[in-house]
Order: sequence, then C-alpha cells, then structure tokens
Amino acid sequence: MGGLCLRRKLKATFMIYFDNVSKIYDDNSIALQDVSFSIEPNEFVSIVGHSGAGKTTLIKMMLAEQRPTAGQVFFESVDVHNLRRQEILDIRRRIGTIFQDFRLLPHLTAFENIAFAMEAAGRSDEDIEADVPHVLDLVDLGDKMWNFPHELSGGEKQRIAIARAIVNQPDIIIADEPTGNLDPINTYEIIQILKKINDLGTTVILTTHNKGVIDSLKRRVMTIEKGKIIRDDKEGKYML
Amino acid sequence: MFWTNTKRVIRSGFINFWRNGFVSLASVMVMTVTLFVVGSLFFNNVLLDASLSELRDKVDVNVYFNTDASEEEVLSLKDQLESFPEVSNVEYISREQALENFKERHKDDILTLQALEELSENPLSAVLNVKTKEPSQYESIANFLSDKKASGEDGGAAIDEVNYLQNKTAIDRLTNIIESSKVSNFAKTAILVIISIVVVFNTVRLSIYISREEISVMRLVGASNRYIRGPFVIVGVLYGVIAGIISIIIFYPLTYWFGPLFYPLPLFLTDSVGKLTLFEYYINNFGEIFLIVVGSGVVLGAISSWLAVRRYLKI
Repeated sequence: MGGLCLRRKLKATFMIYFDNVSKIYDDNSIALQDVSFSIEPNEFVSIVGHSGAGKTTLIKMMLAEQRPTAGQVFFESVDVHNLRRQEILDIRRRIGTIFQDFRLLPHLTAFENIAFAMEAAGRSDEDIEADVPHVLDLVDLGDKMWNFPHELSGGEKQRIAIARAIVNQPDIIIADEPTGNLDPINTYEIIQILKKINDLGTTVILTTHNKGVIDSLKRRVMTIEKGKIIRDDKEGKYML
Repeated sequence: MFWTNTKRVIRSGFINFWRNGFVSLASVMVMTVTLFVVGSLFFNNVLLDASLSELRDKVDVNVYFNTDASEEEVLSLKDQLESFPEVSNVEYISREQALENFKERHKDDILTLQALEELSENPLSAVLNVKTKEPSQYESIANFLSDKKASGEDGGAAIDEVNYLQNKTAIDRLTNIIESSKVSNFAKTAILVIISIVVVFNTVRLSIYISREEISVMRLVGASNRYIRGPFVIVGVLYGVIAGIISIIIFYPLTYWFGPLFYPLPLFLTDSVGKLTLFEYYINNFGEIFLIVVGSGVVLGAISSWLAVRRYLKI
C-alpha cells in the first residue's frame, strides 16, 4: 500500500527520483553514497563536481546503463532497474542524450544521424521527412543536412547531437559535459539552445565543469563530491 | 511496420558496407581467401573421389569356368551374383569373346597366334568379372564363390578357379589406401573448415569491434536489438556474397589452366557424360559449386556478425 502511494506521488510530482542510491564498483571504489534527490518536470538542473565525483555514474543510472548497489532510481513512478529490456528501451526513447564527444554515427550524414533516432523509435518515413529538416533548422544547420560528421566543426556536431536528442520530443534531455570540447562562442550557443528547449517544456539535466555556464544560467545547481550531494541550491552558483 | 523496419535494416546494411569501404574491402579479402579454401576443398574432394573410383574400378575378381561349362551354368551364377547388394557389376565374357580378346591383345605376337592356330579347339574358358561397390566386399563374394565351387550346386561345379587369393594382397592394400585417404581427407577438410570459420569470425568481430561506440549510441537512442544487429548481419551477408563470387571467378581461370594436369579425370560420381577435364566439371556443376561457396560465405558472414554483435548488446 505504502509503495503504491509513493509511486502515485512520484508520478504526479517528479520526473526523476533517486532514493538512497549507492554504487560501489567491483574494485570497491565508491561512486555514490546514499544519494537522494528529485527532479521535477520542466526543471533545468545542473550537476557539478570534480572528475570522479560521481556525475557520470549518476547519469548512467538514469539511463539504466548501470544498476545501483543499493537504493532505487525512478523515472516518473517506474523503478528503471526493475524493468524488462523492452521497457528500458521505451524509457530511453523518452530521454534525449547529449555527450561531450558528440557520439554521432560517423558514416551517416547529419540528416541520417537524426533520422536514425526516429527510426529506432518506430516513426514513419513521412514523419522523418518532415521533422528532420525542421529540427535541423532549429539548431541552425538546415544547410548542413547532407554533411558527414567529419565535415562539421565541433559546435556543429554538438548541435546535430542536440537535434538528434530532441527530435523524438523527449521528456528529458540529459547533457553530459556538452560544452567540454567547444570554444566559448559555441559553448554559449549550445547553452542557449538548451535553455530554449527547457523553455519549451522539456526537463534538462546538465553536467559541466564550466563555471561561467553555471553562473550565467541562474538555475538549480547540485554539487556532488566523493559520491555525495553536498549542495543543492535553487538558483545556485559554481561552488567548488 | 515490419516491412518498413526490414527495409530500413537492409538499407542501413548496404550503407554501412559502402561507407565503411576500407573495413569492408579488408573483410571481403580475408573472406575471399577463406572461401577459396572452401572451394579448393570441394575440388580436392571431387578429385580424390574420382581417383579412388578409378582405383576401385581397376580391381575385380575373376571367376574362371571349366571349358566344358555350359552358358546356362555361367549365366545362372551371374544372376546369383547380381542379386548381391554389394555387387556393382558382373561382366560375362564368353569363351569366344575371351578368344577374340586374347587375339586382339597378342595381335603383334605372331608366335603366340601361330600356337593358338595349331590347337584344335578354343583353350580359353568363359569368365565372369565381378566388381563390388567397395574393395572390402570382395572377400565375402570370394567366399560365396568358393563355397559354391566346393558344394558343386547351382552351377558351382562349373567353376574352375576364382582369382581372389592371388589379388588379395593388392585388394587389401587398396582398401587400406582408400580408407586412410578418406580419413585423412576428412580430417584435413575438418581442420581447414574450422580454421576458415575462426578466421572469418575474427575478421567480422574485428570489424564490429571498430563499431562498438556506434552500437552504444544506438542503444542509447533506444534502438531495439533487432534494429542494431540487423544491418551488421546484412553487412556479414554482403561480405559472404561478394567474397564467394570473387572466389568462384578465381576458380574459372584456375580450373582452365590447371585442369589439364588432372586429365583424363573420370568423374563417375557426378557425371555420366564420360571423361571430363576439371574445367568442364566446373562448368557442368557451376550451380552446385556456386551454392556451396557463396552459401558458405553467406552463412559464415551472417552467423559471425550475429554472434559478434551480441556482446555489445547488453543493456
């Protein structure tokens, strides 16, 4: 009964909920210790911390790539580590991911990279023909549709990755150090795109080392150190 | 949706194959060598079978009859021998035919022919040439004939001599050669096939290892296993088809140039036309050879890809 009430409450309130989550790797290194937090729909949350603090582990758990040693991770009301393979794939289709190293498929054009995500989600050819040019226009790369990743700059690659992440209209965007390989101008542009996506109603979770980015956002900041959340400020600053 | 997904998987496979040109070229080359070995094994087996057939054909057991034996007695025994499942052929040579054959064989030997003329009657007896399917089966036929001769029943009294004992050493040696050739050829084929499978599997695995980051991206955008694996299997099949066709093409000039070395090659097992060169055999059996070589490539490529992708699909 208590569990059912918790799930109802979670579904109504939270997009992501970590409940006393710990992760200890096989070599006994502790990645996370009793971490609890929640993220509400339409929030823009930045997670900051030194390398090895546990940010990537946190994100991998949201994507059900890693299983916690203790505790539970909920996506809405669903414990993501208690799902069957197909259900995990369904959850992943509701999450858009952006990485520091872009992770575009190198032998596919910009159009095909974005179309691939739509095909994986079972979208029709008509949807693909209509939506891909649209999202490319949103990230100002309508003229680079048929370019391969190696023909694009770092900033352009990241914008393609963002277009791929948003094309299926996900509930959450997880951006893991998306500006780590970019110059200040591209960094600014990428952050502006993420803010725009958030303004349109998508929850954004951002991990970064970039103090300037965090301070300019004036949004919620979670600071993680040695596997523990040491600060969680509503309009936070970079405090490391 | 099934057909849309299948179409997308096939299209992705072709795109991957074409755009990963260098990896595809290297994989096709390795697979060509492997399928060439498979094709060579096929030809090797055909040559061995043909050679063993020819050897087997040279061996027979002759039943010599008394000169006063009637044709009915000889033909009765012939019928009995033909009813044995292990007997492949029984040839009847009448006394007259035996004499003609003898004269033909000694047509340049005037002294022998003169001696033959001086005899008042044909000294040669009727003969049955008995061939069995396997050399090891001659002993049981020889035993049957010896028993027949000893009992004197059903034409047995007409038998003068069975030459099995004189030929026994040669037949036994031939049986050993054939059996050991079969065993060693089977072992050689098995080893080469295993090596081929390992080489192809590792080649395909290496090409998929290069794509492991792509697979992780596919997983993260929520692609199903079928959708991730499908294009790699298609690429594996393409490796097999192209490498198979190249191997088949290579065999064309090879059998044409080197085929005469094996001529005349009696291919009793596969062709009733008569004696063929290896090239003619290749042309006459092109469909079968194509299916074996290209089919092996397709199966090897598809299974290797299927297995190699599996390790990167864990969620």
